Amino acid sequence: MARNRSALIALAALAAAAILPETGQGNYVMSIAVQIEILMCLVLGLNFVVGYAGMLDLGFAAFFAIGAYMTGLLSVDLHWPILATIPPAVGAALLGAVFVGLPTLRLRSDYLAVVTLGFGEIIQEVVTNLNQTGGPEGISGIPPLRIGGLVVTTNDGYYNVFLVLVLVFVAVSFRVRHSRLGRAWLAIREDEDTAQAMGIKVRRFKLYAYMAGSVFGSITGSLYGSAFIAIAPPSFGFNESLLVVMAVSIGGIGSIWGGLLGAGIVVAFPEVFRQFAQARLLVFGVVLVLIMVLRPQGVWPETGLGLDRAARVVAQFRGRRGEAVAARHRAAGVERTP
Amino acid sequence: MSRLAVDGLSLRFGGLEALAGISLDIAEHALYAVIGPNGAGKTSFFNCLTGYYRPSAGTVSLDGRDITRMAVPDVAALGIRRTFQNVRVFPRLSAHENVLAGAHLRSSASLLGTLLGTPAMRRAERALADEAQRWLEYVGLADKSRVLAADLPYGMRKRLEVARALMGQPSVLLLDEPAAGVSSVEREELVAVIRRTWESGVTVVMIEHDVELVMQLATRVAVLQRGRLLVEGSPEDVRSDQRVVDAYLGRRRG
Ligand SMILES: Nc1ncnc2c1ncn2[C@@H]1O[C@H](COP(=O)(O)OP(=O)(O)O)[C@@H](O)[C@H]1O
Ligand SMILES: [Mg+2]
Repeated sequence: MARNRSALIALAALAAAAILPETGQGNYVMSIAVQIEILMCLVLGLNFVVGYAGMLDLGFAAFFAIGAYMTGLLSVDLHWPILATIPPAVGAALLGAVFVGLPTLRLRSDYLAVVTLGFGEIIQEVVTNLNQTGGPEGISGIPPLRIGGLVVTTNDGYYNVFLVLVLVFVAVSFRVRHSRLGRAWLAIREDEDTAQAMGIKVRRFKLYAYMAGSVFGSITGSLYGSAFIAIAPPSFGFNESLLVVMAVSIGGIGSIWGGLLGAGIVVAFPEVFRQFAQARLLVFGVVLVLIMVLRPQGVWPETGLGLDRAARVVAQFRGRRGEAVAARHRAAGVERTP
Repeated sequence: MSRLAVDGLSLRFGGLEALAGISLDIAEHALYAVIGPNGAGKTSFFNCLTGYYRPSAGTVSLDGRDITRMAVPDVAALGIRRTFQNVRVFPRLSAHENVLAGAHLRSSASLLGTLLGTPAMRRAERALADEAQRWLEYVGLADKSRVLAADLPYGMRKRLEVARALMGQPSVLLLDEPAAGVSSVEREELVAVIRRTWESGVTVVMIEHDVELVMQLATRVAVLQRGRLLVEGSPEDVRSDQRVVDAYLGRRRG
């Protein structure tokens, strides 16, 4: 069935991902790969909010920032080990999620988009203007990640760390998806009013989605700080939020595999088309529009790749075009020649 | 003993009086039918019973407990489940997942149990999944469990909605025109499902247009007209009531 095929393809991709560092890629490729993994982690976080609960969030980078800055501050100023900074980072992100979510999650989706966008901007403004967070220069000298006796210092090392994080996030996402929590989110996404008739407290579960996203976002931010040694405000702005939303929508809203693929496309594409220099963003934009027009449900939607379904749609489209041509001919008073 | 007691229920939309002082009792284990022409206020009545509409006056109580101003999920938590006149299944979820969503209040999954996938957790999930499949069979959709609700034909979506409601183990089930717009074969199946559900001990309240069907199925009937309760009684009483014959049955037959 479709789900098994999706899982197989994804497993093959993961196996390939696991041996990537052994294939002697240069630093350039590995650093792109790490960026893809980081975006994958963020995508899986935003997926709770956008994909499962069906809310629009345009300020997701805020949680990424909270994680990175908490880790930066605690590890540089107070010399905490990186791993020890993760719980307070997650705690701060959860507080942020409740603070923003509690009063606003009753809002309709489009208002919510504005509020979350504002939250993202505020967090970026705060870290830019606060002396404690290093102002526009940010924080540098974040120590490497230590796990037991292991010190992670290389690109390959962080590649493996983030690969594990992606795998853990994927596992959690699947577990949650097929649990009471995930089912409540999906019911809300599909039809809020009807979900209530099943006893689902909509506002509470929307808040849970927002909180779950903040946990993934902040953990990713914590490790990002350590991987990149230095963090600065421009990495946590609206552009970053938009990138995550883009990856989720390209892949297929609510689809775990699709989201991962979307992250790959969003990061790799502009790199692949580097030779177009200035025009590459234009090319990228055109490709995005094409994807959204040709596959509005995403490249790899939740309901499977749907190749058989796609074939049916193509056939239908052909049929309809045939009809349209025939109609035009009839209108012009021309019988269609066989 | 009455399960649902409705007293002086009124509902206004601006100048329109959708419900005007409805009082009636729905007995424990009744198969209660609400009939009346379009726009009589039947759906509004259901919406008031389930917390979707705030009545402008009057009270609704379930087993003696006032539920008039309760939020929708809280009413559901007391064991009331409903279907909607304009079928409202979750379109992008499979039939099986639609039914599982109905189990929300029955599963007591902890976050830790979910994340760790503890054996107890898995057993509970398995049991719910199996039960959801049985409800699909119950309404005749056993082979549709993996089909997206959006891809099911209308009649099947209506039955899916019933299965989802039953998954919530309701003690009171409200059905808003369950047999409207379905084929005659499907109608027979639906009637069988409703009868079986009622026989299993559930109090069933149904809105239905087909008077013959109501007369053969219901233990008690209420007739609404322009927001008012025209007549309430046994099917025989209602059938022979002159006002009903004039206002509703007569016109239908004529
Ligand atoms: N949400 C609403 N807003 C305004 N008027 C409504 C609303 N819901 C129902 N009504 C009106 O209340 C009256 C009763 O409607 P309804 O309860 O749907 O009747 P029935 O189910 O018996 O056909 C109708 O005139 C309808 O237009
Ligand atoms: Mg109605």
